[in-house]
Amino acid sequence: MDTALDIAVEVRSGRRSAREVLDEHLSRIEVREPEIHAFNLVTTDWARAAADRIDNLVKAGGDPGPLAGVPIALKDNLCTRGVGTTASSRILEGWCPPYSATVVERVIAAGAIPLGKTNLDEFAMGSSTESSAFGPTHNPHDLTRVPGGSSGGSAAAVAAGFVPLALGSDTGGSIRQPAALCGVVGVKPTYGLVSRYGLIAFASSLDQIGPFAATVADAAALLEVIAGGDPADSTCVDCPPPDLQSCLLQGVEGLRIGVITELAGAEGIASDVAARLFAAAEALTDAGAKVEEASVPAAIHGLAAYYLLAPAEASSNLARYDGVRYGLRVDGPPRDPAGRGQPEQAADIGAMYGATRAAGFGPEVKRRIMLGTFALSAGYYDAYYGQAQRVRTLIIDSFAAAYRHFDALIAPTTPTTAFRIGAKVADPWTMYCCDICTIPSNLAGHPAMSVPYGAGDDGLPVGVQVLAPALGEPVMFRVAAALERSL
Amino acid sequence: MSINAPRDLCPPTPERWQTVVGLEVHCELRTATKMFCSCRAAFGDEPNTNVCPVCLGLPGSLPVLNKMAVELAVRIGVALHCEVRPSIFHRKNYFYPDMPKDYQISQYDAPINVGGWLELVDGSRVGIERAHMEEDTGKSTHVGGGGRIYDALYSLVDYNRAGVPLVEIVSAPDIRSAAQARSYVNELRGILMATGASDGKMEEGSVRVDANVSVRRAGTDPYGTRCEVKNLNSLRSLGHAIDFEAARQVELLESGGRVVQETRHWDEATACTHPLRSKEEAYDYRYFPEPDLVPLAPSPEWVATVSASLPPMPAERRARLRGLDGLDDPALAGRVATVVELGLEELVLGAAAAGADPRRALNLAANELAANPSAARSLDPAGFVGLVAMSATLSATQAKAVLAEMLEAGGDPAEIARRRGFEGLAAAALAAALDAAIAANPEQWDRYLAGEDKVAGLFVGAVMRSTSGRADGKAVTALLRARRASLVS
Repeated sequence: MDTALDIAVEVRSGRRSAREVLDEHLSRIEVREPEIHAFNLVTTDWARAAADRIDNLVKAGGDPGPLAGVPIALKDNLCTRGVGTTASSRILEGWCPPYSATVVERVIAAGAIPLGKTNLDEFAMGSSTESSAFGPTHNPHDLTRVPGGSSGGSAAAVAAGFVPLALGSDTGGSIRQPAALCGVVGVKPTYGLVSRYGLIAFASSLDQIGPFAATVADAAALLEVIAGGDPADSTCVDCPPPDLQSCLLQGVEGLRIGVITELAGAEGIASDVAARLFAAAEALTDAGAKVEEASVPAAIHGLAAYYLLAPAEASSNLARYDGVRYGLRVDGPPRDPAGRGQPEQAADIGAMYGATRAAGFGPEVKRRIMLGTFALSAGYYDAYYGQAQRVRTLIIDSFAAAYRHFDALIAPTTPTTAFRIGAKVADPWTMYCCDICTIPSNLAGHPAMSVPYGAGDDGLPVGVQVLAPALGEPVMFRVAAALERSL
Repeated sequence: MSINAPRDLCPPTPERWQTVVGLEVHCELRTATKMFCSCRAAFGDEPNTNVCPVCLGLPGSLPVLNKMAVELAVRIGVALHCEVRPSIFHRKNYFYPDMPKDYQISQYDAPINVGGWLELVDGSRVGIERAHMEEDTGKSTHVGGGGRIYDALYSLVDYNRAGVPLVEIVSAPDIRSAAQARSYVNELRGILMATGASDGKMEEGSVRVDANVSVRRAGTDPYGTRCEVKNLNSLRSLGHAIDFEAARQVELLESGGRVVQETRHWDEATACTHPLRSKEEAYDYRYFPEPDLVPLAPSPEWVATVSASLPPMPAERRARLRGLDGLDDPALAGRVATVVELGLEELVLGAAAAGADPRRALNLAANELAANPSAARSLDPAGFVGLVAMSATLSATQAKAVLAEMLEAGGDPAEIARRRGFEGLAAAALAAALDAAIAANPEQWDRYLAGEDKVAGLFVGAVMRSTSGRADGKAVTALLRARRASLVS
């Protein structure tokens, strides 16, 4: 299958039309999408118009951009002007944003062809795409298994060859974990490197948009396009996008790389996954890196802190879905103030809020809203939210100590390979543990990416996670590229 | 307990109770655009026309702080003698249809301005606990029922106001009466207008006041349980509501009851307060730091620049006037305040500097110029100096007439007075005119000497008539008193 960079070179040179590339990918979607369900919406008309624009631009001798003609899938929590955006929730079904996310504007300006909106766990809350209100996505490597989540649709779309590139969002591992389970590259950039404007918020201090691709080089190319300051996002770092593609061939000779012992040896890490991590460590050693065990003791507390902080922010971020202005509205029962069985007045606002949110949110979203509301409540705030913030500081300090000795770190991305659909739905805690290795980077705000590194005992993909300090994307991509070459 | 007594029947707070008031004043900042987006911040536009994804709280939108709003907040802080500090924004979570995000971006435990004070016209000071930034909500109109959300048939929401920047100024509980509360709000409005932060209009809702009212037995230290009174749309309703609420609490306590901490609504029509929210609905706002905004840390250099750009505040301007010879008199405080409020103090200061009597200048400005302040502000200072100098020899009526002509057509006061025949009446001429009046009314003169003050008017009138109005009524009265005093003793 063509890489994104191959396609862009061919389209830019006029050897292949964007329309032709698009049609090839549409026909793949036609064949396998019914069994995979990567998309909530395939935006054929939008894609054709974008492809025609690129082809005309090429014909006219203009610059169609670095991603000219490359089909891209957009996670359905990224706002797209005039194109339905649901966050895989009933509460937003049918809502068309009047604006596009900054990243959407940027990929289109770079010449990419928006091919559809991909499925996710409802409001990005989940690790399997099973909490989507529109049904689960299936792992292209084994349809009985989950693709991971929450960006399962984007990961599956790349793994199935529907698109060479996709965008996802990662709050606790929602890009890296599905990338690992689907055997593709997934990157969570430094917090603030990519604008969040237009990303439907889950947990604002943790959310970050990032690329999916089949290769490390394609992921680097996409990250270069979406990164960089945005006046519409105050938390965005005001710096030019990093030059990543030129780092890829620099190799790892002389780099000090640590294997995070607390995560490599964490409870629940399967032996075949650990084995691939040690194979990766060996390969990096062979490539000239100095690989040693690294200790990030606080990392293991990330999971507990995350499940207080993320729901707390979510409980506030999701308050706006109240039926007043947009999305689903369900009127409550009419009031019967006299209790005579004769409703005299229309339902009140409180009843409408309750009925709308009861009908519009799925069980996982409700669970997290309740968790978060509790964690922020008067009398509990300091014991829960406050304590979790202190743990977050500890994790940042713990990483800082490790990066005094190491240029980059590696760890498993997920405890296991893809699990069966339905296997963890009844047990939220087991599901939450899927993110034990990915959450620390979100809490620290650091970049991390998952690189496919062979298969587990069941033949399913295994990912290795590369972590770097804040704005350490260049060194992270050097390590990732070295791992990819070593396969 | 329900009190439906009309306002006039509300018993005044008995002497042995002290009213304690703290005020929360919300001030809409006069920025061109909203606090977190570039929508127009304007009053009176077609509903829901000044809106965008950010101020409508659409999914995925993010706030970006308006620098001008920060500058105006700093101006207010500096003018109120607050410490301007590094601050952060918090989310205040509660559901209400006019709040697009169902949380309000506000400041909580790290506000931008902390710990200042404000000086009232009478020279007393009220402490300022904080002056923090927050965004305004939209405006709801509840149709049907009692005009309240829970019994309305339907509600209309205008989001034009949603996201307009506000500064909330929280006073210490230093206010002791309705009159002092009114004076505080009036002074604060003057400061807000002077800083350029606000147009000061209470009737348009640019300045909104909530009052925390409690009572305690005079001479005791602990504060009583307070009630927050909302819906105070004018200084008048502020004063009435505080009086009503204090009386309600006193009556409650004296009859053995207990004040319940609650929010109460001032109803202008019935002139009563009644509970706005029941205790069961007490809100837990679940404040937490707003993750979409970065901490605000204005540099000391910038704060100094903003501070240096401020014009003098009303209290400082009053102090300049009081510094003039004879004006530092509590009895003149009201006139000093009027002159400053109308922006006429430069005329008075100028006249004093030119050697005119400051007290006469102040009186002329406070009494005569106040009637037409906008014309007065363009009055020729030299002309005003001339008028003040002449005012010793003109009657009040004459001075007013001269001034009226100066304001309307300009011109030199001496020339106007001459043309109108307002020559000053010499003391001897006045005495002669009074002698004539006494001679013509001997019986009344005896009654006046016997202490019947009301006949004085007859003599003043007679003198005014015989001098064709050139005499100064006050001077005639003074002369009468002096004569009686010398004869009777």
